[in-house]
This record gives sequence, C-alpha cells and structure tokens, in this order.
Amino acid sequence: MVKIKFQNVRKVYNGTDVVDNLNLEVATGKFTVLIGPSGCGKTTTLKMVNRLVDPSAGEIFIEGKNISDLNPVDLRRRIGYVIQQIGLFPNMTIAQNIEVVPRLLHWPKQKRLDRTAELLSMVGMDPQQFMNRYPSELSGGQQQRIGVLRALAVEPPILLMDEPFGALDPITRESLQDEIKKLQMKLGVTVLFVTHDMDEAIKLADMIVLMREGQVEQAASPEKLLSDPVSDFVQEFIGKKHLPTNYDVESVWEIMNPNAVTIAKTKGINESIALMNKRNVDSLIIVDENRKLEGIVSVEEIRAAGRQESRIRRIGDLGIRQVPTINIHSQARDAFDLIVNENPRFIVAVDDEDIVYGIVTKTSLVKALAGVVWGDETDV
Amino acid sequence: MDELISKTLSHLFISLGGVSISAVVGITLGVLLTRISFLSAFVIGFSEILQTVPSLAMLAILMMFFGLGNPTAMMAIFLYSLLPVVRNTYTAMRGVDSSLLEAGKGMGMSRWQLLFLVEIPNAFPVILSGIRVSLITAYGIVTIAVLVGGGGLGGYIYRGTQTVNIGMILKGAIPICLMAVGTDFLLNKVEKKTSIEKRGK
Amino acid sequence: MSDLPIFLQRNWGTFVNALGTHLKLSFSAVAIGICIAVPTGILLTRFPKAAKKVLAGVGVLQTVPSMVMFGLAMPLLGIGIRTALVVLIIYSILPILRNTYTGISEIPEKYIIAARGMGMNGFQMLMRVELPLAGSVIISGIQLSAVYIISWTTIAALVGAGGLGDLIYTGIMTYNYSMILLGAAPASILAVLTSLLIGWLARIATPRGLRM
Repeated sequence: MVKIKFQNVRKVYNGTDVVDNLNLEVATGKFTVLIGPSGCGKTTTLKMVNRLVDPSAGEIFIEGKNISDLNPVDLRRRIGYVIQQIGLFPNMTIAQNIEVVPRLLHWPKQKRLDRTAELLSMVGMDPQQFMNRYPSELSGGQQQRIGVLRALAVEPPILLMDEPFGALDPITRESLQDEIKKLQMKLGVTVLFVTHDMDEAIKLADMIVLMREGQVEQAASPEKLLSDPVSDFVQEFIGKKHLPTNYDVESVWEIMNPNAVTIAKTKGINESIALMNKRNVDSLIIVDENRKLEGIVSVEEIRAAGRQESRIRRIGDLGIRQVPTINIHSQARDAFDLIVNENPRFIVAVDDEDIVYGIVTKTSLVKALAGVVWGDETDV
Repeated sequence: MDELISKTLSHLFISLGGVSISAVVGITLGVLLTRISFLSAFVIGFSEILQTVPSLAMLAILMMFFGLGNPTAMMAIFLYSLLPVVRNTYTAMRGVDSSLLEAGKGMGMSRWQLLFLVEIPNAFPVILSGIRVSLITAYGIVTIAVLVGGGGLGGYIYRGTQTVNIGMILKGAIPICLMAVGTDFLLNKVEKKTSIEKRGK
Repeated sequence: MSDLPIFLQRNWGTFVNALGTHLKLSFSAVAIGICIAVPTGILLTRFPKAAKKVLAGVGVLQTVPSMVMFGLAMPLLGIGIRTALVVLIIYSILPILRNTYTGISEIPEKYIIAARGMGMNGFQMLMRVELPLAGSVIISGIQLSAVYIISWTTIAALVGAGGLGDLIYTGIMTYNYSMILLGAAPASILAVLTSLLIGWLARIATPRGLRM
C-alpha cells in the first residue's frame, strides 16, 4: 500500500534543480529513510510532504489525495514533524509542548492530559516528574524524546523526521534510534526519515532511498542496497565498512598471510640464500615473472645443490617440489581442513591462474580465529 | 552668519568636550571594572540611574552647583555619557575571545601589551558605538542647556519658540539635525570598518 | 531652605497639578506609542525588506534632539498639550518599534520551523510562540521609551504643555532653587521608579522556562 507518492516532482531554487523529477513511493507503516550527500535534496523532499516547501512542478499524493488541494495548516496538524534542532518551545512546560497540536485541534483537557501521560510513560519518563518541567531543565536526549512525543501526540499516520538525532552524542543517539524503531513498529506509523548517516539508515530503515542531485539513485531494502548496489556512486556512498563481508564463513583471502616470501625463478642461489637469511624463513616460494606459482624450495635443498654443483645456477633449475595450494576464494574452512589433515608447513594461496597472493599457516589460522572470537581486526 | 557659525562651533565643541572627558574617564573605568568585576554591577547600576534622570532636571540641579553657563552643560554631558561608555567598554572587553587572550599570553605579551594590543583593539568598535550614542545625546543636552545659560544653537530655538518665529527655530534646528545625523552616519561607518568580523570578509 | 515647609505648603497645589499633567502626558504618549509601535513592529517582521528602510528612517528621527523637535512642531501645531503629545508619541514609538521588530526577528529559526511544521497558522504562531519569546525584549523597549518620555515631558513645558518641567523652568528663570528642586527631584524619582517598575514587570512577564 502506498502512503506517500511523489510524481515527477521538481523543486527549483535560484535556477538550480534541488529536486529534479523525483518519483518515489513510500509504503504505509514502513520506515523509509532518505539519505545522500548534502545538497542532494533529501530535506527539501521531506519538507514538501508537509508543505513547508511547495514543489515547482509535479504532484505529491498522500493516500491518493493531491496535497496541493489540502489546506497546509490542516495537513501539518495531521503529520508529525521532528527536526534536528529539536525546537521545544522554551516558554512552555514539557506537557504544554506535547499538547501543542492537541490544543490546536481543541481536544478536551482531560483527553490531552491522559495522552501526555501515556506518551511520557511510553518512553519511560515519569509523567509526574517531567510534565511541569521546562525544556531547559532537560538533557539533549530527553529533549529530543519529548520532540518525538510532541510529534506523535495526535497519533498522526505519518511522521517526518529531519536528521532528528544528528546533534546528539553517539550513545544517546543509539538509544533514541532503538526507541523510535520500537515506537514505529508498535504504532504502525509511516515514517519518512532524513539522515546522512548510513549506519543509522541501515539500522532503522525498511527501505533506504539514496538520493543524488535531486534524484533517486537507488531505493531498496538495506540488504538489497548493500548486496546489490546499482552504481559506483551507491557503492562509494555505502562505504567500505558496509560492503558485504559475508559473514559466517570467511574466505581464504581473509585468513591468509599476504606477506609470503617469493622469489623469481631466474634469481641465483646466492641471492636466494641472502633473502632467506634476511626474512628469516626456511623456504621460498618460486614464481615466474607474473608471480605465477612454480614451486617451493627449502634451505636444505639449496644447501645440497650448493655442495654438489656449480653455484651460479638459477634457483628455478633446482628440483622444485610440488606444494599444497588453495584458491583464495575458497572457504577458510577448507584451508583449515587441509592443514589439520595433511599437516603441511604451509599452503600457498593462489587465484584461478595460480598467481600467488599469500600463504596460510597454522599461525595465520589461529590469528584469524582470534579475530573472530575477540573481534580484533589485527592483520592476519 | 558669523554668529551662526560661531554658535554651531561652540555647540560642537561643548558636546565634544563633555564626551571627551567622559571617554577618558569611562574607558579607564570600564577597563578597571574588568579587573575588579565585583564593583561592576554597582558602578553600572549607578550610571544607569544617572542616565534615567530627565535632562532638564539634571541640568537644573547641576546649575545649583556649577552656576549658569557651559561648565554645567559639560558636566551634564559627562554624567550622561558615562553609562554608554563604561558599559560598552566593560562588556566589549569581557567579550574579547578568550583564545585571543591566550594566544597573546602564549606569545609572551605583558599585561599592558595584552591590553593595548589585543583587548582594546578588539573591543574598539563597541566602545566607539558607546561614544557615538553619547555624542548624539550631547547635542540634545547642549540645546537644552541654553535654559541654564549655555551657549550653542539652542538659543535660536528657544528665542524662536518664545516669539513663534519659524525662521529662527530653523536656524538652530537645521545645523543641529545635520550634526546629529552626520555624526551617526560617520561613526557608524568607522565602527563597521574597525569591526574585526567585517574586516575578515 | 529653612522655610521649605512653608514653601511646600504654598506651592503644593501647583506641584500636584504639574505632577498630574506630567503623568497624564507621559502615560498617554507611551500608551499610544505602544498601540502604534507593537502592531507596526509585528507587521514589519512580515516584510523584512521594508523593515530595514523603515527602521533606518525612524532611527534618523531619533537622533533629532527633543528640543529641536518641539521647536519644529510648535509653529505647525501651536502651543499647548496637543503639540507636546504629538511629539512625545513620535518619540515613544522608536524604541518599542525597534525592540518589537528585533525581538521577534531574532527568535531562533528552529522555533518557527517547529511551530509551522506542527500546523500553527500565522496568528497562533504570533500568540503562542513569537510574542511570548519576544516579550521581554518588547517590554524593555517600553521601559526605555517610558524613561525617555518622562524626560522629554519636562521639556514640553517650553511649548506650554505644563508638567514638572514648568516648575524647573520657572525656578531657573527666578533663581528659585526650591522651585527647581520641586520640579527636578520628583521628575527624577518618577523616571527611576518607572524604570524599576517596568523592569520588574519584564521579569515577572518572562516565562519560567526562559528565566535561567
């Protein structure tokens, strides 16, 4: 079901299109988040819903009614509105602030009182304690809780929130996010929420609308947006930390040690020995000019070769042993099984073309496991 | 014509004289108050009450001590100007960004250097606006001071009202208005020019 | 000065008369000034571009010394209370007008956005948000205006309006210090008390949530 529908909506300020041919449908009872870089038109889009801004062209429908046919003052009384700067009226008590819209709608006194008490209890604030206080006596987090309650006072079917938690400290923000999500699900209210914080959007949204230069770049559920971004812009905006890391099963790529000691097969024996001493290893991975795996050579084999034959021979000409390998895209579990079952000193991690990317050793496995257990992000 | 010019000049000089005394005393007092701030409420409160006294009443009372003539007018100007100058100096000095003071201290400025190189230059536009208000008030006081034997252009207006002579009234009124409007315009411009915020932009 | 009681007795009627005229003139001027300036100030907040010009114009008017204004008004309006009242009303307007305008236009935008977003119409916004929040600034404009007007009313004696200025003026002309004081002292006390009274009113008129 569609609650709010934008149809070819444009908004022009000083000759620039802030919102440019926007088409969007916001579903009833869902939590929809508008997100995008600053200047993308998300706040303007929000403000067009309660006609604080009127579109230059196009139509906006709420439950099928064109809002340009409605009286803006009546419209706003039926739509909750929460702003970043909170804007509780400092001359009014908490109760008076919550009762602003009920008063505008001429609710009787007892009904207003009951509703205010009910709302305060809903967010765990004792009505007796808070009703007669003034906003300046409350913390920022408490003030914005009241800001949300004030917007919900007459049970509006739609709640507009314009970066409501942007000015709060991270801990308060988290708890208000939890609360608004709970309230939204409990009341079934349709929320349209503006933010520039992707974490917040992912946490709260049923649908994320990513905007760019006044248009919708992608509108999708958080999972869909993360797993299937439609453009580089979306990918970039989502940012690295939200890229699918897939999750329960890690790949070899993530658990290998990328600092494998490799040497080109054309190098000499002396050079190989020097490299081994320098890096303090007892085997070298021999690769060709493209880092393609040739084999490995151990320090014993080099010494043996040195005793028998001329020392100027290339390392690649030594008897190269076959070596256990694993594809970097394989699951970490396979590498684990291989190491446990065959007990090699290490496994070489290669791609489909045998290019060497690293090695998996018992140590690198343990480190990767530690990272999973303790949430440590140290390099493996 | 000569008389008009000399009266205009004396009007201007009596006003400037009174305001100058008050600027010297007021700025000093304002700066001192920032160092002994517990006195500030008392001093500013007292000059607020002075400011409230109607100007004709003030002139008449002062006349009882200083006699007829310009000293009474200058004394009245001095007393009226005290509040705008002291208060503006005090609040402007206290309003100087503390990071500027720290920067000054950090560079090794002495207290006097801090005062003259950082605090006063930063507070200057606000102090000047106090002086502007004082000067415009002063023109009005000198006008009224004709009643206590002061010189200046008030004489034309007074005689004009007694004889219902509009020409005579205008002879006094026009130069006074020009002086007041001109002073307001000019000093406003200087204030804007010396204001640090504007300078940066 | 030793015959002060006799002096007071002899002039008591004149004094009461002058004080009454002074109060009537000042009070009417400020009251009418409020009735003109507050609505005009509110109106100006709706037309900020025009407001700049109007306020600048009224500001220039304010720099004109009071005696000059009385002098200019007299040939046009004649001698008497009417002239005095017109001039005093003109003077009383500016501080109130300016404070009403700045008081309302300096209300932080968030309150205006919140009020509009919640569906208040213009009148509701004015009564519930703008006037309460600008109230103390408007009242301090009235305070300033009242103090000025009490002062200028003393000068209104020049155009034959009477009041305490009359006593001062007569005292100066006749070198009668007692007469001067009989006008000057009450005028000063009146100004100081009025200022204190309005200041106190401003404080109790400030909503509790703003009194920190």
